[in-house]
Amino acid sequence: MTTYIIRRLVQSVFILIIVTLLVFLTMHLLPGDPILIFISSGELKNTSLQEIETLRHQFGLDRPIMIQYVDWLAGVAHGDFGISIVQREPVLKEIIRRLPITFQLSLIALVISTIIGIPAGVICAVRRGKWVDTLVTILANAGITIPVFWLGIMLIYLFALKLGWLPVQGYTSLFADFGKSVKQMIMPVFCLSIFSISSITRQTRSSMLEVMRQDYIRTAWAKGLKERLVIMKHGIKNGLIPIVTLLGMSFSFIVGGSVLIENVFNIPGMSRLVVNAVFVQDYPVVQGFVLIIAVVVLLTNLIVDISYGWLDPRIRYG
Amino acid sequence: MLSRGVVIFGIIVIFILVLSAICAPWLAPYDPYDQKLDQTLQQPSREHLLGTDALGRDTLSRIIFGARNSLMVGLVALCIAATVGMAIGLIAGYFSGWINAICMRFVDSLMCFPMILMALVIAALLGGGLKNVMIALGIAMVPGYARLMCGQVLSVKENDHVLAARSLGAGNSRIILLHILPNCLPPLIVLITMQIGAAILTEAGLSFLGIGIEPPAAAWGTMINDGRMYLLTNPILTSAPGIAIMLVVFSFNMVGDGLRDALDPRLRGTL
Repeated sequence: MTTYIIRRLVQSVFILIIVTLLVFLTMHLLPGDPILIFISSGELKNTSLQEIETLRHQFGLDRPIMIQYVDWLAGVAHGDFGISIVQREPVLKEIIRRLPITFQLSLIALVISTIIGIPAGVICAVRRGKWVDTLVTILANAGITIPVFWLGIMLIYLFALKLGWLPVQGYTSLFADFGKSVKQMIMPVFCLSIFSISSITRQTRSSMLEVMRQDYIRTAWAKGLKERLVIMKHGIKNGLIPIVTLLGMSFSFIVGGSVLIENVFNIPGMSRLVVNAVFVQDYPVVQGFVLIIAVVVLLTNLIVDISYGWLDPRIRYG
Repeated sequence: MLSRGVVIFGIIVIFILVLSAICAPWLAPYDPYDQKLDQTLQQPSREHLLGTDALGRDTLSRIIFGARNSLMVGLVALCIAATVGMAIGLIAGYFSGWINAICMRFVDSLMCFPMILMALVIAALLGGGLKNVMIALGIAMVPGYARLMCGQVLSVKENDHVLAARSLGAGNSRIILLHILPNCLPPLIVLITMQIGAAILTEAGLSFLGIGIEPPAAAWGTMINDGRMYLLTNPILTSAPGIAIMLVVFSFNMVGDGLRDALDPRLRGTL
């Protein structure tokens, strides 16, 4: 097991290098020039060519791309993600300020998706063809079709503008004002989780339907086990593997969704930062963000793969 | 029973969508770009069934023209994704060893990213606009196809008919194109149908962020974003295009589900 984890970690490092290199090249092939965007947006409208070159040199943009990349990589190894071209602040500082907000919302959304999605799917599978099944299946099918940003706006219209139950938008830290923070989080978290709740429900349902047809389930019924035991001990545990895979992917979906949701609810998280950075071609910020997301996704995948072995002892890694 | 009804409903909606995409200029009651500045932000009425937007453009006409853009983006992006992804998957699956390793590590690294983020970065790289959004979405969807294709090829190439073809002296390209590809297609066709919805949703998201189809062209995502400012007075400006997106995506998903069950019952629940 340990060798497997080590091998996977080494592989992950390679993937990280490919990913960051791809993004690095991509960003540098962008037609615009971040320095020019930076100057025209600031008050430095009358900068001379000389000063532009100095700035370019300052950010290291005048050197060959590969050298810039290696430099950046060496910096990252020392915990230095470079300096944002637009804000002129260390990228890491900005990321550390915003990352917890995005992750907090995403993690809550993931937990909620699991808590609601898995039981909903199990209930559907067990009560197949009954009205509960029909209702939940319709809701789940609707859930994977709703554009989340639109749902967010509609929720704002209904619950904030018309009914006045919830604040329109914004973000407050949990530690600053707990009540307000929770109120502000309800709608964004709901929007972030609706897609994964629905897809987890669908997957759980079909996975459980498959398992409940197996012979060992019939045996369990035949030897007179209670319904709860049959489902919890024999059913769910065997049906979990595809669901765990989906859970890993859901985190990536949720983080992707936060790009839209943070815009709708005006939340100062990571995604807002990166959307703006993409528009003004702030290389270091996009690079740092991509690296962090890639690390998180790779770690999630690793955890998912390790949990297979725990869920199904027949799966062995060596 | 219910599921069959839903599939038929989906086919009808898709039929209407295709019809309105093709016949948009004749179906739309008004020119979607015609700004009538004396008729801005009108509520739904007999003349303007869904009202008008802040520039006096007829919302219904813009939704009908938006169908055209959504469908086109979805289909073209899928063609790109399916072609490139299937090619990578075929090659990676057929020539195992280091070619497989390189292709699949590349696909793995692309898979690290949420689709919308990748499309966002690529679209920004290419500079936005209809054509570039299609390319960006296409590239962002490549990994799924490559993965599925690779898995399919790995199992199909072990079949006896491939061995028979090889012993008759068929070359690699003949085996790949004639004997392996056709046998890998059913699950891919299902994935394509199921992903039209995802492509349309992601395009709407990109337009919403302001990086998709450029104004004044009608795009559902852009309409939602524009309508946000008039949420209190004219909620229909935001709700109508959203409902259009939902209906279309729902229909494609349902038809995809139906197609999956029809083509290969064993696949039920695996995609």
